[in-house]
Amino acid sequence: MPDGAKPVLEVRGLKTVFRTRSGEVHAVNDVSFSLRPGELLGVVGESGSGKSVTMMSLIGLLPSPPADVCGGQVLLGGTDLLKARPEELRKVRGARIGFVFQDPMTSLNPVFTVGSQIMEPLRVHKGMSKPEAEARAVELLELVGIPDARKRLKSYPHQFSGGMRQRVMIAIALACDPEVLIADEPTTALDVTIQAQILELVKELRQKLGMAIIWITHDLGVIAGIADRVMVMYGGQVAEQGPVREVFGQPQHPYTRALLRTIPKLSGAREGRLAAIEGQPPILSAAPTACPFAARCAHAFDRCRTENPARRGVDGLPVGAGHDVACHWTAPAPSEAAHA
Amino acid sequence: MLDAEPKPLVQVRNLKMYFPIHSGLMRRHSGDVKAVDDVSFEIRQGETLGLVGESGCGKSTVGRAILRLYEPTAGSVVIDGDEVPALSAEALRKKRPVMQMVFQDPQASLNPRMTVADIIREPLDEHTTLSRDEKLARVYELMDQVGLNRAFANRYPYAFSGGQRQRIGIARALALNPKFIVCDEPIAALDVSIQAQVVNLLEDLQERLGLTYLFISHDLSMVRHIADRVAVMYLGQIAEISPRDALYARPLHPYAEALLSAVPEPDPSREGARQRIILRGDVPSPANPPRGCNFCTRCPKVMPICREVEPRLIEAEPGRQVACHLVNPSPG
Repeated sequence: MPDGAKPVLEVRGLKTVFRTRSGEVHAVNDVSFSLRPGELLGVVGESGSGKSVTMMSLIGLLPSPPADVCGGQVLLGGTDLLKARPEELRKVRGARIGFVFQDPMTSLNPVFTVGSQIMEPLRVHKGMSKPEAEARAVELLELVGIPDARKRLKSYPHQFSGGMRQRVMIAIALACDPEVLIADEPTTALDVTIQAQILELVKELRQKLGMAIIWITHDLGVIAGIADRVMVMYGGQVAEQGPVREVFGQPQHPYTRALLRTIPKLSGAREGRLAAIEGQPPILSAAPTACPFAARCAHAFDRCRTENPARRGVDGLPVGAGHDVACHWTAPAPSEAAHA
Repeated sequence: MLDAEPKPLVQVRNLKMYFPIHSGLMRRHSGDVKAVDDVSFEIRQGETLGLVGESGCGKSTVGRAILRLYEPTAGSVVIDGDEVPALSAEALRKKRPVMQMVFQDPQASLNPRMTVADIIREPLDEHTTLSRDEKLARVYELMDQVGLNRAFANRYPYAFSGGQRQRIGIARALALNPKFIVCDEPIAALDVSIQAQVVNLLEDLQERLGLTYLFISHDLSMVRHIADRVAVMYLGQIAEISPRDALYARPLHPYAEALLSAVPEPDPSREGARQRIILRGDVPSPANPPRGCNFCTRCPKVMPICREVEPRLIEAEPGRQVACHLVNPSPG
């Protein structure tokens, strides 16, 4: 990991609220992170933890109303995307930031050929002529391992299998050499043997192209295999963040620990009974005034229920640089409130 | 029963489930999707058999066909002494209390316009002559058993989370004291932290009520946790059936081996060291399976014979059945 290099993407204090007639949902609360060049940042969390909404907020993909990205900064090479005008944002999406979504069937247009969908960003963003774009499209399909690329340009999405469609999505996302690739549960809809193929492809592409990747998933196994750093989200906040080996090896947050314990192992000794996390994820109807995990946490004490913990470094490095956690319990007890 | 070896509660022999393809102007029967093609296994009393495989391999169809939610094309299914495919409609209705199912999607399998109490009581209305009060008492008892608060009995399914809805589905399946439950991907729609709650519940109930499970899942680590034996399916057929520990320690069928190696583990140090078998290509269509072994198009260890002769599922080691020419010297 190139330490000290200037981050390609920096997010500070991001807040997103959905305002509907039946109330508010504080989906993203003060989320900050940075993405360094060439790095793969894994974002894990359960449904409703805010991981997808965070990434959609970055590049203005949420319908507004009801969504309101009401705070924070998103810096891509010095410009704040949250302040950018819609046409500026359009120049960023698909060109400097590429996306791969979970379901390749619904994110490809069924009535256009795969070729025309790969060529679209090339013609729009790079101003390529048709033959240029076509040559590049063939190159891209070959890059993502689709055999017989020139012929396949004329195929429609339904003529591809799920894994092949996801390869096409990756080709489209990579078309304009983005600085950042955001992949939202890209292998969740795929079978494990096909998922293994896609993970292998992503590892290969990283070596060849060196772009920075944000990989959103609920599968801790996938993260363990490909990520450099991991950010664990819970209740719209960052619970823990750090290098993947440290977070998995010495998890600090009770949620991360519980999550790792709750998954049965594929090898080694079999656990007698699974360590379930009792209770349900929180309903985020108001800005948090307590730790969102307090109600399910085995270690929660009074302070957890009255004060939302701030992130703090656990290895002496500033928040975001090394391994950090947002938890009162793992925090060294402040002397004035040694025991609340 | 005084036998040392518990006798099988479920015996499936040569089960076939074909779905016809009709094509052309006259909708002529032009072929079949062989969703399940000659599958045999047994499940002993009190045992959990895991049935794993990827989407489209036919694992859910097996579950539905043995409970006769589909009419099987051929084969024998004996559940607790009765030949299920041969039962008359009335006899099948009488048999239903013995064999129940928990479905994957608790949202789709619960009627949104019925209260929780109505949903759990419906099997009692249908199959018992209990009085109103007795039924209500049974509903409460079931809600206690699956960890649902009695106070919520008059709420509708939408008011519950995914994990709680799955508990409602489990309570309904338990209402008539079944012996055998097919769990069809019961945790696939749930978040990781909720999955463990539901699996623990299924295990507790099994221990308390002596249930026998067919646990259908694509989650290999969860199957290792819950199953006693595991059947691995590929393209409508069983590739391997082995006791759990033997399978996970040393899979014999190349598909089982590849499948296990493809599962990512939440441990970065182990992930770095693992040898992953990456299978080429996709699963062939079950309407047009390849000649010979159905895995021959993707098998990393394929031999000429595999493209010619279909391997039979035979005992490779005590308690382990495998359908592979590598393991089984071909007959003749």
